[in-house]
Amino acid sequence: MVQKSQDIAVATANKLSANRLSLYYGEKQALRDITMGIQANTITAFIGPSGCGKSTFLRCFNRMNDLIPNVRIDGQVTLDGKDIYRKKLDVYEHRKNIGMVFQKPNPFPKSIYDNVVFGLDINGERSRSVLDQTVEDALTKAALWDEVKDNLHKSALALSGGQQQRLCIARAIAVKPSVLLMDEPASALDPISTAKIEELIISLKDSFTIVIVTHNMQQAARISDKTAFFYLGELIEYTDTGTLFTNPQREATENYITGRYG
Amino acid sequence: MSRKRSTAKIKDKLFKLVAIAFTTIALLSLVLLIGDILIKGFARVNWSFLVNLPSRHADQAGIYTALAGMVSLLVFTMITAIPIGILSGIYLEEYGKDSWFARFVEVNISNLAGVPSVIYGILGLQLFVRTTGLGNSILAGSLTLALLIMPIIIVSTREAVKAVPDSLRQGSLALGATKWQTVYKVVLPASFGGILTGIILSTSRAIGETAPLIVVGALAYVPFIPEGPMDQYTSLPIQIYNWTTRPQADFVTNAAAGIIVMLVFTFLLNAVAITLRNRWYKKVKI
Repeated sequence: MVQKSQDIAVATANKLSANRLSLYYGEKQALRDITMGIQANTITAFIGPSGCGKSTFLRCFNRMNDLIPNVRIDGQVTLDGKDIYRKKLDVYEHRKNIGMVFQKPNPFPKSIYDNVVFGLDINGERSRSVLDQTVEDALTKAALWDEVKDNLHKSALALSGGQQQRLCIARAIAVKPSVLLMDEPASALDPISTAKIEELIISLKDSFTIVIVTHNMQQAARISDKTAFFYLGELIEYTDTGTLFTNPQREATENYITGRYG
Repeated sequence: MSRKRSTAKIKDKLFKLVAIAFTTIALLSLVLLIGDILIKGFARVNWSFLVNLPSRHADQAGIYTALAGMVSLLVFTMITAIPIGILSGIYLEEYGKDSWFARFVEVNISNLAGVPSVIYGILGLQLFVRTTGLGNSILAGSLTLALLIMPIIIVSTREAVKAVPDSLRQGSLALGATKWQTVYKVVLPASFGGILTGIILSTSRAIGETAPLIVVGALAYVPFIPEGPMDQYTSLPIQIYNWTTRPQADFVTNAAAGIIVMLVFTFLLNAVAITLRNRWYKKVKI
């Protein structure tokens, strides 16, 4: 009973939280008993070697794992204190509240304009002025407006990789989610584009709660407030970014951040 | 070492020559065929040939009814085959993956694609002409042709849908789109070019088919224009087939002229479809 009321306290204090979360792909266990809370308007980085479960864990928050057959989940995940795996949850509405940016830029083969308004379009928004305003706002926030404002009706596929990724960020924030999940958003980009994306992510912190999966430890150190280290499906260490990189408490963390494996 | 390399170079050149030679054989036979037909029939193609009704006299006979029959057949065939074909393809690729029903349908479709067209005629004869009671109407012929070309549309739709990267589906779903919205707004537009190619191919196939139409009762001699889907009809390939069986040389000339008209018709249809597709590609790509 005491345990339970504590759980609820953890859940309400955080924007996002996982409580004793385990996830199985068929027989294989991919996440082991993860408990952590993520505060609103912070940037949280998930680091760890490939296959450690960080992306899988990220996809629990917008229930994208639902799309994979034979996935089973134990434990609880909450958004604003409410269980997002409850039966009555409308998963489509839920995903509108949680934006996601993927590893490889994935703009739709449509115009820049149509990409940004996609989320509104599927909600049935038809008002020209609302759509126009949203496009300008979202692209401005994504630091892309100045580069594309004269070519809004050109194909998004004509943009460079970095521009495409910023367009994907604009597309995600156009529906005004409260959380942004980013799955290695800069790993397919050149250093200059990466720097732009990082700058952009920091600027978005005031409006969104951001969770970013990254392979790049320097990136985590540069942009995140808190960092979580995952290894073999377990959450090994989760603390302030500065502390984790300068004074890791666990040996596995230290070995990883000093490059002994990865 | 250098000897090995020079042998490799010679082989390389040789292979290129062989490839060119075989391509030339294929092209040459096509040129000969078309040339022969043009020589025989070109003088016969004129306005009155297009708008005259069929006749016992070769010099007065025209292809008006055959042309009208072919166009009506094509319209009804496409109205039926395109939606069913595209939706089946989408079902198999997007929804039914790995279900026993989808596998069952899949096996049947691959089998259907290999069935000789006369068999479709026999199926159409029993199913549409007799059981459903449509008689030897345009509708019965169209439905039979629709069965025939549906596998082509289904297979090409599946290929086109499969070629859409999964990252686009994920991007759409992550924005809160439902499965249907994802298919309708992302997958379909992105695969439209491939689907259209399948439709072009199947249209050409439908135009050229003669055997199943003979079985389901397309008539060789129809002295009137069909006015509705329940009317009797003839079609250009039937008319051509009929003329080639006549002993008189003038009718053979008519057949050649009919073939020219049909080639032009097919060519125009393909040109329109390819233009549409290219315009669409431009719009989507850059």
